[in-house]
Formats: sequence, structure tokens, C-alpha cells
Amino acid sequence: MSRSAAAAALGKDLVGLEGLTREQILGILDTAEPFKEVSERRIKKVPVLRGKTIVNLFFEPSTRTRISFEFAEKRLSADTVNIGAVGSSVSKGETLVDTARNLEAMRIDMVVMRHWSPGAARFLASRIPSNVINAGDGAHEHPTQGLLDILTLRDHFGRLEGLKVCIVGDVLHSRVARSNIYGLVTLGAEVAVCGPRTLLPAGIEELDVRVFARVEEAIEWAEALNVLRLQLERMEGGFVPSLREYNRVFGITRERLEWAPREMLILHPGPMNRGVEIDSDVADGPHSVILRQVTNGVAVRMAVLYLLTGGAPDRAESAKSGGEGRS
Amino acid sequence: MGAVVARLLIRGGRVIDPGEGVDVQGDVLVDEGRIVAVAAGLAPESAEVLDARGLVVCPGFVDPHAHLCEPGGEHRETIATGALAAAAGGYTAVCAMPDTDPVVDDPASVGFVVAAGRRAVGARVSPAAAVSVGRRGEHLTEFGEVVDAGAVAVTDAGRPVRSSKLMRLALEYAQSFGIPVLAHPEDAGLANGGVMHEGVVSTRLGLRGKPGVAEEIGVARDLALAGMTGGRLHLQRVSTAAAATLIRRARRKGVGVTAEATAHHLLLSHEVVAHYGTEYKVDPPLRTPADVEALRAAVADGTIDCIATDHTPCHYDEKEQAFDDAPFGAVGLETTFAVLHTRLVTTGVLELATLIERMSTGPARALGLPGGSLKPGEPADLVLIDPEARWTIDPAAFLSRGRNTPFAGEEATGRVVRTLVGGETVWDAHNVKGA
Repeated sequence: MSRSAAAAALGKDLVGLEGLTREQILGILDTAEPFKEVSERRIKKVPVLRGKTIVNLFFEPSTRTRISFEFAEKRLSADTVNIGAVGSSVSKGETLVDTARNLEAMRIDMVVMRHWSPGAARFLASRIPSNVINAGDGAHEHPTQGLLDILTLRDHFGRLEGLKVCIVGDVLHSRVARSNIYGLVTLGAEVAVCGPRTLLPAGIEELDVRVFARVEEAIEWAEALNVLRLQLERMEGGFVPSLREYNRVFGITRERLEWAPREMLILHPGPMNRGVEIDSDVADGPHSVILRQVTNGVAVRMAVLYLLTGGAPDRAESAKSGGEGRS
Repeated sequence: MGAVVARLLIRGGRVIDPGEGVDVQGDVLVDEGRIVAVAAGLAPESAEVLDARGLVVCPGFVDPHAHLCEPGGEHRETIATGALAAAAGGYTAVCAMPDTDPVVDDPASVGFVVAAGRRAVGARVSPAAAVSVGRRGEHLTEFGEVVDAGAVAVTDAGRPVRSSKLMRLALEYAQSFGIPVLAHPEDAGLANGGVMHEGVVSTRLGLRGKPGVAEEIGVARDLALAGMTGGRLHLQRVSTAAAATLIRRARRKGVGVTAEATAHHLLLSHEVVAHYGTEYKVDPPLRTPADVEALRAAVADGTIDCIATDHTPCHYDEKEQAFDDAPFGAVGLETTFAVLHTRLVTTGVLELATLIERMSTGPARALGLPGGSLKPGEPADLVLIDPEARWTIDPAAFLSRGRNTPFAGEEATGRVVRTLVGGETVWDAHNVKGA
């Protein structure tokens, strides 16, 4: 086991799934397994990160991801501080590097950051000695979301090799899409994207994904659909003529799924626009694992926190009981 | 930094004067700040002798495109630091862009740059004035007034003139004053918000891209307007293969167009941005390897007749940000010759004489700037280059206030060792602390 543990070592930061090896990604997923159970306990707390200080630095608003990280940190007994863009020095024009240096001066151990600029997490990681976890950097990556999506797929199918997954919707602006593509391709899954061509970025085919112009073709091909939020706040006009048409042409509806030649698993990173990219009877239907994703999110984040602070995948089980004696 | 020597004999160098097709071992005689003769075995009475054995002697470089940032950006660069940095890079004349604060768009601001340029030690500084008042793209500036005050060209520097009508008027009106319009060819709507080249790298990084077609459309429009009006168009920092093709075709049809490319566009592709290095954030963005190849061919065949620095100093903390938030630009005055000589001349891609032509004669002709020739009677604006000198590009040693270069740490071959403007040495690599 120690050999796989070494292979799975993540280094100081998690800025993206691009560049991670198959062993590293599987190492995180495997580590998440024992942590799932912590959240099912009556007392949801283990001493793994006792004495560690973690800053959740969110330059963009977030509910789900921020809270999921906070639960993961608290269930591992870390001390956490949340900083949002509004009402902090960030909104007073402080630069990212100054914010980072100030946090560093308070002797923290880890930063979980969401930022609007692609590459911001890598930038921060290269300038402070603390561990950095990317909780979304612009349209670049959202690695823990990618990991929880992949974990959810593995839970259901029991395999990832050769699994056919299609990401549907606004791939252009989506960090979730990129993290899923990098992770799934590395693990040997077959990945496709589908959406209006205005929302598919240039050269996407070169990332080893196939492209479907129509959602019907995607449904015919895929075993699972990861339905992206149509990012209304990013639609600086004109990518699609109307939400009504988007729903009519690209929306995942029950009628469309009835044409699927096999059972179709439905994922969505949230928050959903019901009636736009996904219809309610699909989101709430029997093949939706959307809430399962949310549950897995906490476990995956616990795994990443644990691994980045030096934990070994094969010792996660014993670490939960505090038997590992790290401080 | 010597005073003007009455007679100076630069002896025994390889004299290259691309304008005259000269490439000989010989001497250059300078008197009263002007070239008197270029020949082998000159033996004048009572001249100071400069030993140029092993060196190349050629016209000083002429930069059609530098941002010297004064007034308003003195923390990035001043006209004095820019002129000296230029001299250190072998430049004897530089055209200063008007995108300052305030914008150089009237006789007073042009006069300010001219006066600061006269006070500076180093390259001659000639201002370009804005095409439109405040670079806002609405009304033409007073071309006649700014030319009288010393402007050599008009440009909205770093911005396209969005209105095709205003661009037409500029190309027409400029003809009365014999000046070129320097264009930033770009379809602003298509380029909007892009921070790098649109392609697989921007897709991978999640950065917003500027498609190459945005430049192609801008070039096509400006060439069409130049053809219609008969005006003199100079296309700034061309970066795509498609643009080079359009220029080649237009020139064949007799359109009065000159064009420039920068060292970074000739040497680097968008692949270097892979790790979000802000030193590679330039405008227009670094393009594909195929574009780089096409630009080199266009420089070699003269379609692109000028090499520009697009010297854009940034304060160090401006580049110390996430890629989206950092400003565009790279410095180039002190590195352009060295990196192009190292990567294109010593490797056989470009002849040395061609590189010198594109860096001196070409831009001098395009913008009507002094220099670019060693013809008797011309001002003695020339450089001595040691083509074998090896050195490491170290931004900390720059004379420019800008340190933002994509070539930091590059092992270069070939260095400017002396720069003379009007016969006066304004830069001597052997007489500088640490050089």
C-alpha cells in the first residue's frame, strides 16, 4: 500500500485536475471512501486537522462550494475563517498578492480560494507556502467539483474506464466542464460535449473530447449526462437568442430521455435553472444523482484536505479515529 | 559619453548599409556629426580613431513604436530613461506613442515630448500624436498643428479607430501633411475582452481569446481604406499569417502600406502562455506556431518591412497579478536586436543585413524618421555591434524602468557595444558600470 500512497501524493496544492496522474486522482477518490462515513455519524467530527487554520477566500459569491468546504474542514476539526469579497479589503482594491501576504502573516496553513481570474489559484499557490485549493478560478478549473462528479459516476457504474460521459451546455464559461474533461480523460473514460456552438470553446476537440451538435445525438451515445448550469450571470449577451429556445433545443427533458437506448444517469453541478437546462421531472427523477453529488462533495473535500496536509490514502481509515497522531 | 568629436574614423569593421546595398570590410569617416565617406583604407589627417575590427558597423536602429509613458506614467518609464534604454539597444531614433496621460493630441503635449526628448541622452525621440482627440475615436486632432509642433505620425496607439469613416478621413487628411497613419488593425467587437489568442491554449486555460480573424478583418479594412484614399498606412505589430497575406497582396496592387512586427511575435507562440505567465501577456496576443512561421517569411521577403519593439514598460506590481488582471505589454528596446540575432540570424533563418534593414532603413523610411542610412551627408546615427558577444538577458540590469520581458534569462549572442547619434557616442557598453 505504501507504494500507491507515494504515487498518490498530491504535492502542496490542488489547482486543477489537468496534469494529475491517474494514480493521484484515484488516490483522492479512494481516500474519499472512508470519509463518507464520517458525515453519517451522530457526532460528525474526527480530529484529523486539529490545530490547522484554513481560510476560505471567496472572491466570488458561492453557497454550495463554500459550505461544502466548510463542513469538510469542520468535520476534520480544522479552525476556519471565511472571507468574502464583499465587506473585506478585497472590495477596497487590495491586490490578490497583498491579500495573500497578509493572510500568510497571520500564520495560516491552507487557503481555499475562489476567484474570477483563470490561473488565480496557481498564482496564489506559487507565492505563498501554505497549501492552496482551487475552489474555482474563472472558466479554468474547479477540481473538487470534477472529483465529486467522478466519484459519483464511479459509485453508480463501478467503473470509469470506457464510460461514456457527455457534458451538456455552456462549456465555454465552465470550469466544471474543464475539470471533468481533464479528470475523466485521464481515467480512461470517453468524454463528449454538447451545446450550441456559441458556447463551445475553440479547439475543444483537441482536448480529446467528441462534439455533438444536438442533444439527441448525445443522449443516444452517452451513459451519463453532466448538465451544466446556463450561467446567466456570465451571459454577456447574445450567446443564445433566448432561454425558451435553449430549453427547447438543448434542455434535458423527460421526453428526450425516453429516447435513450439505455438508462441515463443525470448529474448537475448546481445551482439549477429548472426549466432552462434541465426540467424538474428530470432533476427530481429516478436517474438524477444531483443530491448524491452534494453528499460526495463533502467527502471528496475532506479527502483533499487530508491528503494535502500530508495524509496518506491508506491511513485515512485509522486517521479518522485520531490514531495517526498527527498534529 | 563623449562630446562631438570633429572627425572620427571608425576603422576596420564590417560595414553594412542595407539602403545602399553595402556589406564590406571598411572604414566610416564622420565629420561634424555627419557621414563623410564609407570606404576601405581611409586615412584622413587628424581624426580620432575608433577600432571596429571584429565589429559590425551599421545604421542605428529606428523604432517605429515605443511607449515611453511620459507624461503620466513616469513610474513605468520616462522619456529620459526610454531614450537611454533605446540607445543601449542600438536605437538612434524612436517614435513615442501618444497613449499617455494626458494623451498627446495637441501642439502643447507634442511640444512637451519634443522638449523632453531633446534634453534626454540617447536616441532621438519623435512623438506620434493621436488620430482622435483623447483617443476617443470621435474627432480628428489638428494634424497640421501637431505636425508643426514636431509630430511625425498620428495613431490612436493601442486602439483601433473603430469608425471606418473616421479612419478614412484620417488617411485622407494626413496626406496634406505627408505623415503616415499608424493603425492598430483590429475588429474591436470580435477582440472584445480577449486576453490571449483564441485557440486550444485559451480553451485549456479558460482565458478569453482574441481570434486571429479580429486582426485579419482590421487589416482588410485599413488596406481597403488606404487603397481608396491613397493615404499612407502603417500597420502596427502584425501578428497573423492571414494579415501578412493581405498586406502582400495589397502592396502588389500598389497600396501605400508599411507594416511592422515585434520580436516576441516573431519568436514566441501562444503555447508559452500555458502557465499563465503575465510576461507573455501582450497585445496583439502571441499567436500559433504557423503564424510565427508566416511572420518570419513576411519579414524575410519584405512584406513586413519594419521590426518594432512595441516597448511597453509596466511597473513590477502591475504584472504581479492574475493573468486577466495584469496589463498587456513587454519591453523590447534593450533586447530586440539581441534576441532576433540569436534566434533568427545565427540559426540561418534571416540574413544579418536583412535584420538590420528591417530595424533601421525600413522603419526610417516608413515613418520618415532620421537615420537608417550611412550615405555621405546623412547624420552619423550608427551602431557598432559585436556579433559574437555572449551575454545573459537580465531585467535587473535594464536601463528601462520596465522589467517585463518574455526573454529574461535568455542566453544571447550579439550585442550593441556603441551607439552614436549625430556622431556623438550616447551609449558605450565598455564604459558603463557593470557592463
